[in-house]
Amino acid sequence: MAYDKFNILKSSAVPLPIENVDTDQIIPARFLKATERVGFGDNLFRDWRYNQDNTVKVDFPLNDSKYSGSILVGGKNFGSGSSREHAAWAVYDYGFRCVVSSFFADIFRNNCLNVGVLPVQISPEFLEEIFTAINENPETKLIVDLPSQTISLEGTNSSESFDINSYKKENMLNGFDDIDYLMNIKDQIGEFAKNTPL
Amino acid sequence: MSNTLFDKVWDSHVVQKIEGGPDVLFIDRHLVHEVTSPVAFLGLKNRGAKVMSPERTFATADHNTPTINQHLPVADPLSANQLKALEENAAEHGISYWGLGHEKNGIVHVVGPEYGITQPGATIVCGDSHTSTHGAFGAIAFGIGTSEVEMVLSTQCIMQPKPKSMRITVNGSLSKGVTPKDVALFIISQLSTSGATGYFVEYAGDVFKSLSMEGRMTVCNLSIEMGARGGIIAPDEKTFEYIKGREFTPKGAAWDKAMDYWSTLETDADAVFDKEYTFDGSAIEPMITYGTNPGMGMGITNGIPTAESLDGGVSTYKKSLDYMGYKEGDSMIGKKIDFVFLGSCTNGRIEDFRAFTEIIEGRKKADHVTAWLVPGSHKVLNAIKEEGLLDKLEEAGFELREPGCSACLAMNDDKIPAGKYAVSTSNRNFEGRQGPGSRTLLASPTVAAAAAVMGVVTDPRSLV
Ligand code: SF4
Repeated sequence: MAYDKFNILKSSAVPLPIENVDTDQIIPARFLKATERVGFGDNLFRDWRYNQDNTVKVDFPLNDSKYSGSILVGGKNFGSGSSREHAAWAVYDYGFRCVVSSFFADIFRNNCLNVGVLPVQISPEFLEEIFTAINENPETKLIVDLPSQTISLEGTNSSESFDINSYKKENMLNGFDDIDYLMNIKDQIGEFAKNTPL
Repeated sequence: MSNTLFDKVWDSHVVQKIEGGPDVLFIDRHLVHEVTSPVAFLGLKNRGAKVMSPERTFATADHNTPTINQHLPVADPLSANQLKALEENAAEHGISYWGLGHEKNGIVHVVGPEYGITQPGATIVCGDSHTSTHGAFGAIAFGIGTSEVEMVLSTQCIMQPKPKSMRITVNGSLSKGVTPKDVALFIISQLSTSGATGYFVEYAGDVFKSLSMEGRMTVCNLSIEMGARGGIIAPDEKTFEYIKGREFTPKGAAWDKAMDYWSTLETDADAVFDKEYTFDGSAIEPMITYGTNPGMGMGITNGIPTAESLDGGVSTYKKSLDYMGYKEGDSMIGKKIDFVFLGSCTNGRIEDFRAFTEIIEGRKKADHVTAWLVPGSHKVLNAIKEEGLLDKLEEAGFELREPGCSACLAMNDDKIPAGKYAVSTSNRNFEGRQGPGSRTLLASPTVAAAAAVMGVVTDPRSLV
């Protein structure tokens, strides 16, 4: 599915200083019953945002009006667990375009890149610094610059570069997904298929 | 050039290498289920594309299906809608579909091997992370997201950077009462849930060689729980014996040709891995988890570790124990439990039901324990009946349900109630995984059986 191009994102961020946030928390399994990709943002972190009687848990950061923005900053090993891409959709549909953490689970990272959410992996020290800065001033802005692959804290000298492979980067900059690429080489794939042993 | 088993299978499936990008990998078998496919089929439609290779694509309904009264219409309208969507999509694209009530229906990772869809040296994907199960046959198998499901449907390829290689060797032999599940939980407890992130794991050594195919599937299934892309075990006589004659395995000359390829599938003696671990099989105990991720496991007779003895976030660890209602230093033995779940693609095969029955035979289910025994497939269900296990189970006060994923992810009605403790043979003990507020203790079928009859966590070795 097409998504918005990503270039330079300057935004305040929502902090989630919890480690090992797994995809069952990001989007619980009972919300996977849809046959269309709509409404997943509403159920992002459902059980952390709402009590079982659907009342709002006010102390959860996403419900705290002092935090806002299109960047989510999570603790180490973000997105572990189930491969459900719905987790990345939920993050995107909620309005996040970038997730920052000191470590991402593999499949989640891939899923993000495929749906237009940029995973930015930084050092544990910088992550701490960002959490502290947001804690002190929730309006602190982060600048995520995809062309130059850097992330910085506005108004400070703190900045780090991050990794992304050049192919994914090109896709993100253009709003393309992998299928667009593969559809263009289908003849080559067809030839290859003729010679496979199984 | 020396290559690993993984290199050999991977490299032979690369259609194109993208400069600075992922490899375009050809996929031999694509398994599809109702939960992660509808949006993919919709995407296909929006692009005006068709399924490229229906004959390489197999669909079954498992994640979201009831495990009682499967002959009745599915009550939940959303679930019914997903099942209908898959049935229609399969029909429209000419894909074989083993829906609810079909004799070949079952959990996607259980039926794949049962019908010979799973073969050595194949690349296999499915929109479910435990696709790693199929690595037990020497296949490269891994879970994919829904966009990737759409990708494979439309182009029979996937784009992935080649993962790094890891070998985990377990030598020696296992003690009595120690099962393949314990080996896997032990390894995860040593490596943590992220210890193998970015790697594809080959399992080697005497212990894996001596395991049955079912046992190897359990081990490979759990690879994902330490962050690995997948796990693989070199095919051997046992593997070929298992797949021979199954519905979708090659026959006659095609079998001989396949054997030429399969017999090359082993790691060369001097191949180098990016990372290696070696463990002693005889040191492994029956395992149980006490926390909210599969890495929080320990030998069943140990005490729950203190936060200080572990590296990593103390507050996250304490939050996890709070959720479970346990304290540092607690012994797990004797902890009261409320539910037992035997099933899932981790431990829902015939061998698992045999192990469970062996413990409960001649005993009675504890009165306060609710037990859900859910076979992985109709084939398993039939074997349970034919081998006379059902009689023994019923004799001891247990009931058998119909096949499906069930309480493994609790998408259907099989939800563990909030605050209740379940000893589960499945693969994930995350907060709420088995129902909002549920508390999961992951363990082997043997440990689950001991808990089911004693009503508390029990060392199964005291019952044999
Ligand atoms: S049993 Fe559980 S892990 Fe296995 S396929 Fe079903 S939901 Fe996934």
